[in-house]
Amino acid sequence: MDFSLTPDQKMMQESLVRTLADASSLDRVRRFAGDLKDKGDDIWRAVADFGLAGIVVPEEFGGLGLTLLDAALASEALGAAVAPVPFMGAVLGPLALMRGGTAAQQAEWLPKLAGGEVMAAVAISEPIAGARDGAGVTAKGGKLSGKALFVPGGMAAGLLIVADMAGGLHLVRDDAAGLTRTLMPGIDETRRLAELTFDGVAAEALNSGKGGGGRELLTTLRDAGWVLLAADSLGAAQVMLEKAVDYAKERRQFDRVIGSFQAVKHMCAEMAAELEPCRSLVWYAAYAFDAAPAEASLMAAHAKALTSEVGRFVARTSTEVHGGMGITDLLGLHFWFKRLGLNRQLLGGPERVREIAARLQGLAA
Amino acid sequence: MDLNETPEMAAFRGEVKSFLAAHRDAYAGGAATDLLAWQRELIAHGYAARTIPKAYGGYGAEPDILKSRIIAEEFIAAGAPRGIANQGVSMLVPTLLEVGSEEQKTRWIGPTLRGEIVWCQGYSEPGAGSDLANVQTRAVEDGEDFLISGSKIWTSTAHLAQMMFCLVRTEPQAAKHEGISYVLIPMDTPGIEVRPLKTMTGASEFNEVFFTDVRVPRDQVVGGRGRGWFVANTTLKHERGMLGDPNATEARLNDLIELMKSETIDGQKVIDNPIFRDRLMQLQGRVLSMKFNGLRLLTSQLSQEPAGLAGQVVKLQGCELNHQLAALAIDALGELGILYHDGPHLRARGSWQRSYMFDLGLIIGGGTAQIQKNIISERGLGMPREPKPAVL
Repeated sequence: MDFSLTPDQKMMQESLVRTLADASSLDRVRRFAGDLKDKGDDIWRAVADFGLAGIVVPEEFGGLGLTLLDAALASEALGAAVAPVPFMGAVLGPLALMRGGTAAQQAEWLPKLAGGEVMAAVAISEPIAGARDGAGVTAKGGKLSGKALFVPGGMAAGLLIVADMAGGLHLVRDDAAGLTRTLMPGIDETRRLAELTFDGVAAEALNSGKGGGGRELLTTLRDAGWVLLAADSLGAAQVMLEKAVDYAKERRQFDRVIGSFQAVKHMCAEMAAELEPCRSLVWYAAYAFDAAPAEASLMAAHAKALTSEVGRFVARTSTEVHGGMGITDLLGLHFWFKRLGLNRQLLGGPERVREIAARLQGLAA
Repeated sequence: MDLNETPEMAAFRGEVKSFLAAHRDAYAGGAATDLLAWQRELIAHGYAARTIPKAYGGYGAEPDILKSRIIAEEFIAAGAPRGIANQGVSMLVPTLLEVGSEEQKTRWIGPTLRGEIVWCQGYSEPGAGSDLANVQTRAVEDGEDFLISGSKIWTSTAHLAQMMFCLVRTEPQAAKHEGISYVLIPMDTPGIEVRPLKTMTGASEFNEVFFTDVRVPRDQVVGGRGRGWFVANTTLKHERGMLGDPNATEARLNDLIELMKSETIDGQKVIDNPIFRDRLMQLQGRVLSMKFNGLRLLTSQLSQEPAGLAGQVVKLQGCELNHQLAALAIDALGELGILYHDGPHLRARGSWQRSYMFDLGLIIGGGTAQIQKNIISERGLGMPREPKPAVL
């Protein structure tokens, strides 16, 4: 029985944190957020060189061949650094190909994805989180029509993996005729979301591999996506807690540091008490994805829902501990606040995800 | 991360299962037919007092957290009663093993383990709750004895106990934390009066104990005069761990799910109501997080690494969660949830109502939620203590 990270995993995460401290400093994030022409190529190159672009890609295709737990640890570090990196596509894209792609599709795309030359983005929001504003994609005779919203990394991706409303998955190239991509400006400027419009776009089906056809592959992508978002929230919330504690130890009012007032200390203790158990749930959900498939969906759902709730609590509480400075752009705390805001809603807010959790156990129709 | 069981552990699990199957008659209905005989049987097989040395009446095995966990799981699965886990076994015995004299260990540990001596804990006082080091019950030297006067409160099992382990002030001139001694007091000593303390549940789960010139030999002090605060602290941490046990919480969640599947409102099952269902799922997520937090703690113990925050949050989060599970059960019962005591409409013999009230006491007892938050922020997050005011 070993419920802990391996020395390799700890080392990988620490090393990634150091890499991101340089490549994705707060100054660098601020520049990216303020300039849509800034594509963040240098940041992507740094994380791709680290291996994140191919973290779950098998070694035979040039990747690191690691598990979702390793990817979740990377996601946690990215969330902590509010790094503007389309990591969801970098994990879910290869997973879709590995589990649902033909040998030819794998050979064509996996090496390019693993090296970071091509980025993947995954458009699965409508069948998972529910369709808004009439969005949704239909597939007919190898052609896609309709809209997919809220696609993280969708503007820059060279390869799009698109779910139709029946749960089928499709490969679409960025230069496909009839595809239009529009930026969806959002609160979290560290992750750019795309609206994809399909007007009879040619696509390759992606349900042929051992992942099984129909909704099974989509379920796999959903679970992995939930775990990554949960881990990102864990990292972002941990930093917000640490920043609050550090600030409370320095800021003086009434001739003492505010961290010596129980009213302030207890806010920090509550954040820690809520957040610390999330870490174990995220670890287990990521572990179950590879090692305990029967439990994977339920654990991913609970990890996503709980980190969303705790993330919101930590985001507002940490901001309050910082007092007026907390809401300024000067301090930059808002980047973490908004990161947690996006993670909460993307691929389903907690109410929707918990309803799916109930359904998975036969507790809801 | 590797949660698979080794062949050695799987074999051990098999042994426990066979023992429980072979002894099913001894605990038909979930309770031991002869409590003391069952306890002796458990000690003989190493399922109770497992790591206590043989010389003191234990089984004498090397500590092995995984085996302890397997024993716990299999006993729960079989519905078999565990060994005696009263305050004597879980708090006094570890304390004596750590700091007791040879004579004290030999005299007290064996009979305590076998259930022949029941102990109560005399720590809290009316003026020493969260500020436990403020105990005022005083012990004055009189020849070879102490004469003890004062009072204790929240003393569960005092009405059944033959003995009390007790914090008393022996050195009134010393600093607050350094004037306390840990003494063992026979409950039949003249001058002791036990009064039951009835709580909001309607039962008397606790007592008040009053001492008037109670004569106790001075060699009944454990760990040295003036060292009582440190002696008590070595075992208080065990109590806090017990109060947030995630296995007990998970069992309660399962009972709640069954309740919501079986109860109906206007013919519709409670679980089919989306608001109740969402509340249940919110709590399930928290129960799972505490369960895996428990596995993480277990791994820290195995590798003898400090668990830090993961350990410090257990009492606060676990007790709160138990209370919320009971609260949801009562809400799911609706107007049935206000019934209590007995009657044909009462569910689960009133256990949800009792838990809802009793668990509020557990949020307060064993270090209040606010004291837990001080511990988390000061020891876990390194925040400064609240300075003492210059003028009170």
